[in-house]
Amino acid sequence: MAKEFDYKKLDEITSGFEPSQQAIIPMLQAIQEHYHYLPNEVFAYLAKKINVSEAKIYSVATFYENFSLEAKGKYVIKICDGTACHVRKSIPILNCLRTELALTDKKKTTDDLMFTLETVSCLGACGLSPVITVNDKVYPEMTPEKTTALLQQIKEEEKNA
Amino acid sequence: MNKNIMYIDDIPVEIKDEKNLLELIRKAGIKMPTFCYHSELSIYGACRMCMVENERGGLDAACSTPPRPGMSIKTNTERLRKYRRMILELLLANHCRDCTTCENNADCKLQDLAKRFHIEDVRFPNTASEPKVDDSSLSIIRDTNKCILCGDCVRMCNEIQHVGAIDFAFRGSKMKIGPAFNKPLAESPCVGCGQCAAVCPTGALVVRNDTAKVWEALDDENTKVSVQIAPAVRVGLSKELDFKNGEDGAGMIVAALRRMGFDEIFDTSTSADLTVLEEANEFLDRLEEGEHDMPLFTSCCPAWINFAEKKYPELLKDISTCRSPMQMFASVIKAQYEPSSRKHVHVAIMPCTAKKYEAARKEFKVNDIPNVDYVITTQELIKMIKESGIIFSELEPEAVDMPFGSFSGAGVIFGVTGGVTEAVLRRVVNDKSSAAMKAIKYTGIRGFEGVKETEIAYGDRKLKIAVVSGLGNADNLIRKIKTGEAHYDFVEVMACPGGCVCGAGQPFEVLEERQKRGKGLYKADKMTSIRRSEENPVVTSLYNGVLKGRVHELLHVDYTKENKCHD
Repeated sequence: MAKEFDYKKLDEITSGFEPSQQAIIPMLQAIQEHYHYLPNEVFAYLAKKINVSEAKIYSVATFYENFSLEAKGKYVIKICDGTACHVRKSIPILNCLRTELALTDKKKTTDDLMFTLETVSCLGACGLSPVITVNDKVYPEMTPEKTTALLQQIKEEEKNA
Repeated sequence: MNKNIMYIDDIPVEIKDEKNLLELIRKAGIKMPTFCYHSELSIYGACRMCMVENERGGLDAACSTPPRPGMSIKTNTERLRKYRRMILELLLANHCRDCTTCENNADCKLQDLAKRFHIEDVRFPNTASEPKVDDSSLSIIRDTNKCILCGDCVRMCNEIQHVGAIDFAFRGSKMKIGPAFNKPLAESPCVGCGQCAAVCPTGALVVRNDTAKVWEALDDENTKVSVQIAPAVRVGLSKELDFKNGEDGAGMIVAALRRMGFDEIFDTSTSADLTVLEEANEFLDRLEEGEHDMPLFTSCCPAWINFAEKKYPELLKDISTCRSPMQMFASVIKAQYEPSSRKHVHVAIMPCTAKKYEAARKEFKVNDIPNVDYVITTQELIKMIKESGIIFSELEPEAVDMPFGSFSGAGVIFGVTGGVTEAVLRRVVNDKSSAAMKAIKYTGIRGFEGVKETEIAYGDRKLKIAVVSGLGNADNLIRKIKTGEAHYDFVEVMACPGGCVCGAGQPFEVLEERQKRGKGLYKADKMTSIRRSEENPVVTSLYNGVLKGRVHELLHVDYTKENKCHD
């Protein structure tokens, strides 16, 4: 990538933590909160900062499902496939989203870095099932039709913005 | 009655200071199967092969259960055998089973245990994927598909060596071991010490085999092949050649090499004598200069040089400029024999995997040709001897060749931790009596401890000396020096715990067996008539001959110049 990585930003994000092994996870979380994922540059930077190996930080980051090493879209859509959502037909919604966004179970982010689609096992809102969230905003009792409309609406907003 | 008794298979055993059941079981003469247990490493408890049945019928992993007085365990029941077979079957289910073409064929714990537990058939479909070989490193070849995730290599690399080149990545069925981002080893912080390959129970991490190139040179009639044998090799011949650890096989190796067709055979101990003199001079000059914050670090160990380059580049200026004995010898031999009408190939037999990288460094190339053309390890030497069909035990010992045919005992002990220091001290101390030499022996620089310290009188001052082996120990010591907690004048660093006798190029043995190799070298030292490097006549004639006016060019190196070599 041509763009120079901004290490000052990393300094800023990690400045509040004691540079020790115990801080690996909180630091990674803080970094992910900012970038929505963990850029590759982070690993060598953190390794040096807290004096552990890069391989160790990579090990931690790949162990937890929550950390992503791939860039995520501007809109992160999470679709619940917990038991309640599943029996109330979350899968057709998932399929609808995948077709609309041209994504698969392997390809989770659109090429224009606009949308990322993830399945989660339970959002804790079973009473509202089936549920999806877009950037942590909850959309209850979804259907494929409502989902298509929602996507349309987001795309419109993006165009006008 | 002694209360500290427990029962292993109904046999009473006394508990002493054993940390876990496994140690006790092994002391009771039972060979427990394990993959993930090494006494030097932390306890991981992953492989579950060492399960034992307790008195209540419960199962305990022997490696992670402390012994208790009165405890009674069974190590070999039908149930345990069944479980062990199941573990092996499951491991084999996604493991490459092309044993005959594996570099570690017949030298593999998985293969051994499969045989021992009589695995006739694996009931599960084989899900092993195609081999994914990382051959980027000049020292180690990595094939993650032969990995059983015991984590021995990870703990070795992180706990003992503080290198941290590899670690676990991902989890569950996707778990893999490798460098960050699964980069090739050559692009990782790996220093090539090879200790990971030494503890790897399978063929996932193996030492690169360069024997084919050596055979090719030997077969070529127009090529003269000279060879040097490192001091530690003589005591590392394994039981495969009917040798005990520590038993000196130098003469037999020479005989075997001559039969294989090597034209000139030398002992690296000879050039170790050169190293001693050069390093002693450098040390004394440095002392003349006055106080330094940093000690003079030794430079014989290539994995240590790599470690310093990658982790402490600011220390390179404090590392001796002496080339390693291998490189000193190679440049002297090449200089002596050039120009020649015949092609000349120089081979080095080393206990070390990092030497393969050192030999390829551009600092040691003349006109793009490396001084040492090929480095083979002790393991590869054993393979070549076996391949040649020579019945090793029937050989008569022979001596090395002239004109570099003599070496001192000081050169021989280079192969064990503390040896370089002892050799340099023999040179540096003013008192040359045999009593003084004995006194050096008892200053605390001998032995297998990871960090040894001593003080020695020199003129009107006391020299503080440290000897470290294992890069983790070196790392800790460097930090202490940097914070001012410790100060030394001279520090010997060997990357492998125990020194070269425990190098990753040697056949792998448990700790006690490896220690016998060190003792073997001290014994060989005693048997030499020349004990001090400066008394070696070859060294004197070299200084008056080929080295005249070329000492700096042939015996020294500057690692502080830009120093990367990835070819």
